[in-house]
Amino acid sequence: MSNKMHIKMTVNGKAEEFLAEPRELLIYTLRERLNVTGPHIGCETSHCGACTVTLNGKSVKACTLFVAQADGAELTTIEGLGTPDSLHVLQEAFREHHGLQCGYCTPGMITRASKLLEENPTPTEEEVRFGMAGNMCRCTGYQNIVKSILAAAAEMNAAKEAAQ
Amino acid sequence: MKDLNEEQQERAAGLKGLGCSRKRVEDARFTQGKGNYVDDIKMPGMLHGDFVRSPYAHARVKSINTDAAMALDGVVAVLTAKDLEPLSLHWMPTLAGDKQMVLADGKVLFQGQEVAFVVARDRFIAADAVELVEVEYEELPVIVNPFEALQSDVVLREDLAGQTEGAHGPRKHHNHIFTWEVGEKDATEQVLGDAEVVAEETVYYHRTHPCPLETCGAVASMDKVNGKLTVWGTFQAPHVVRTVASLLSGIEEHNIRVVSPDIGGGFGNKVGVYPGYVCAIVASIVTGVPVKWIEDRMENLMSTAFARDYWMTGKISATKEGKITGLHCHVTADHGAFDACADPTKFPAGFMNICTGSYDIPTAYLAVDGVYTNKAPGGVSYRCSFRVTEAAYFIERMIEVLAIELNMDAAELRRINFIKKEQFPYQSALGWEYDSGDYHTAWDKALKAVDYEGLRKEQADRVEAFKRGETRKLMGVGLSFFTEIVGAGPVKNCDILGMGMFDSCEIRIHPTGSAIARLGTISQGQGHATTFAQILASEIGISADSITIEEGDTDTAPYGLGTYGSRSTPVAGAATALAGRKIRAKAQMIAAYLLEVHDNDLEWDVDRFVVKGAPERFKTMKEIAYAAYNQAIPGVEPGLEAVSYYDPPNMTYPFGAYVCVMDIDVDTGVQEIRKFYALDDCGTRINPMIIEGQVHGGLTEALAVALGQEIAYDDMGNVKTGTFMDFFLPTAWEVPNYITDHTVTPSPHHPIGAKGVGESPHVGGVPCFSNAVNDAFRAFGLRHTHMPHDHWRIWQTANRLGLHD
Ligand code: FES
Ligand code: FES
Repeated sequence: MSNKMHIKMTVNGKAEEFLAEPRELLIYTLRERLNVTGPHIGCETSHCGACTVTLNGKSVKACTLFVAQADGAELTTIEGLGTPDSLHVLQEAFREHHGLQCGYCTPGMITRASKLLEENPTPTEEEVRFGMAGNMCRCTGYQNIVKSILAAAAEMNAAKEAAQ
Repeated sequence: MKDLNEEQQERAAGLKGLGCSRKRVEDARFTQGKGNYVDDIKMPGMLHGDFVRSPYAHARVKSINTDAAMALDGVVAVLTAKDLEPLSLHWMPTLAGDKQMVLADGKVLFQGQEVAFVVARDRFIAADAVELVEVEYEELPVIVNPFEALQSDVVLREDLAGQTEGAHGPRKHHNHIFTWEVGEKDATEQVLGDAEVVAEETVYYHRTHPCPLETCGAVASMDKVNGKLTVWGTFQAPHVVRTVASLLSGIEEHNIRVVSPDIGGGFGNKVGVYPGYVCAIVASIVTGVPVKWIEDRMENLMSTAFARDYWMTGKISATKEGKITGLHCHVTADHGAFDACADPTKFPAGFMNICTGSYDIPTAYLAVDGVYTNKAPGGVSYRCSFRVTEAAYFIERMIEVLAIELNMDAAELRRINFIKKEQFPYQSALGWEYDSGDYHTAWDKALKAVDYEGLRKEQADRVEAFKRGETRKLMGVGLSFFTEIVGAGPVKNCDILGMGMFDSCEIRIHPTGSAIARLGTISQGQGHATTFAQILASEIGISADSITIEEGDTDTAPYGLGTYGSRSTPVAGAATALAGRKIRAKAQMIAAYLLEVHDNDLEWDVDRFVVKGAPERFKTMKEIAYAAYNQAIPGVEPGLEAVSYYDPPNMTYPFGAYVCVMDIDVDTGVQEIRKFYALDDCGTRINPMIIEGQVHGGLTEALAVALGQEIAYDDMGNVKTGTFMDFFLPTAWEVPNYITDHTVTPSPHHPIGAKGVGESPHVGGVPCFSNAVNDAFRAFGLRHTHMPHDHWRIWQTANRLGLHD
């Protein structure tokens, strides 16, 4: 169809190129077109954060971005954070501290948390709670999510120190 | 159980059985984005369905024109009631003995009701086509208030016109559904009439919604070659869905496979059968290709599974010293357009008759009137066991009101009325047999932990300071003591659509000593794959890490009634333990043969059978498993498998004591939770880490409901809270850290003494938060104010009490 746009993007290090209607929402591009189903849909109104991905170094909600807005972008989703043999520290910490139950919010949570810890490697509990307020969880009551993120931060900082 | 020596303890610890805070086996896939939820399912040629929904709460449907929609490229079908009628699928039975429109048949009865189902190549085209379906409506008078409904001449359910008998007895009015009565009416009225003190109050438990993060959805695939229908979906009760699908469609049950994949939270939302599921199935049958239907958030909040909406009027009587003598409760229950509650058949108001709570109340009476209005159907148990949340809220508010009436401390009033430890099993005035409890111990522990006396002293000082103009913040101490009733339930009185509410477990031990167990339940985040393996590990001596738990596929799992009402551990958990014991019984015979002794000469020792008096002679479960498949043992069949269907003899009755300390700014209405202490007694504890996680989650859902979450309608029946903009879901920023604690009073009738815990924090949490708000204003003359206590309503309360003057 004539109104399709030529889109290029990098998703988890892999170059992607395709034609898409400009109105296609980024979350559908990821989930339906590229089979990247880690990010989920919880509201489609930018409230819940289940769809959180990293776009050009910023946390964004993929449900309310058009694919056209992500043309040329570099994207990281939960699938790009760790591998089964070498999990991201946050992926380990969420398991260790029971930071998830149904798991539906988890990909968005961890993706957001990874960004948060880049922005602020030594957050206080309050800063974690504030920095994660764009991601909703219906199961955990957040207490163990906060615990997981603080534990991951501590671990990452300890590793950094040890490396110096 | 006898005490284990050090070496035995080490072996037992290696099993990761009961009591171990084992890390969850589910987490690896979820943390890596590899969960498999229904919307992740993709099939070749799959089409997408989307609904045309009614903008009106009550209207006649004059005509539906689908031409323009059908003309759109990529649209494959548009279904209306007319298309479903030849299949008798334009209406479907509800779980509550009523029936419900699948697609609007002549009229619509609530805003958001399903009118037509568009099937298209992708979601975007389907959404475009929805806009192109032209529906002509003629508006009818809207009734959103149940009291008005019972007075009105407007007949909401024309299909029931003239029917004076409903599924649960006589109907008093054309908008009336049922009256359900329990207890002794005359005796209760007598007691109230003679009482020294009577407190009265109307307590409204507002309409809200379970709102799991994942909405409802399904993928239906009719394989016309094999005649097999497969349906994947967000089902808390997949086996029931299979049976219902078979009854509705006429497809034989063995030709239907229902699968619940990973579920993104349920909380009661995913118990019911919704028009979307039916339409996806019909569309797949019609088109011959798989059809997916996923509701969006607005559809979820507007049309599937509301909870509560109970107007509860109570009278509670007591002696001057505070000994409760009687309780009277009348409920006007707003069920919306169809009675679609998912309660056991004989309980049209669920277990509302647990409303005598944790107290020894000799005489009581409960009557519930169900009413139709122009609101969405549902009435599901939102993180609770069949209206237990309503019951707990009611009694815990009534206790507070009575305390005010008696000018007594509310903690003390509870203490003198608790059922005593030695009274268990306790027969309640409204018909339940509480299995076990030790309320006084739990209460004392809780009050001590929070320094209750200190809190009251601080509160009194604060009131004085407020009066002197030194502060604008009041302090509330919220108390609640709840008794849940979970684990439905005994087949003799609990069924859904005629199917007894047993549950099941089937175990296969593999030759090398690992195992798979399948259950009739389905996890939606509770961690069954982790905890059921722990139950089994302790029973059969195989490490939980070597046991796979599988649920949710009706082709492989044994029949069960699913997961809701905290029934998984009480019922399926019991089945698991008993199936494990069957395995052990056979293993004992095999071990006896291998060791050349009599069965009775063996005793069980953590993970092995040992010859009594000769501890060096033993066979481990691993060795026994191998022998079961590799040796011909006279008189014993090869293999090591067992199945158990468990019909519980009684419900289980978890309980707990909660305290919330809250500061309230009277000028802004903002509440701040300073402390929340939660003591839970769920009997035997399987995995403390998971229990604690369940408590955090349940309390947060309680906080939401008490402090702001509601499904609100305007007079025209428009839903005012259709997105997360207006429907309150707390974020990490609004939620406190909780202090958790426990006592352990095992259930005497459960094989491992476990009672279930997932819903307790919600049941006990809501009254605790609400009581804290009400308590803050007690010194200024407040008796009761309705939830949800958002900032605006709290401000209004303060204003009404003259605190802004
Ligand atoms: S789905 Fe994107 S924020 Fe909820
Ligand atoms: S774990 Fe279920 S929504 Fe967060």
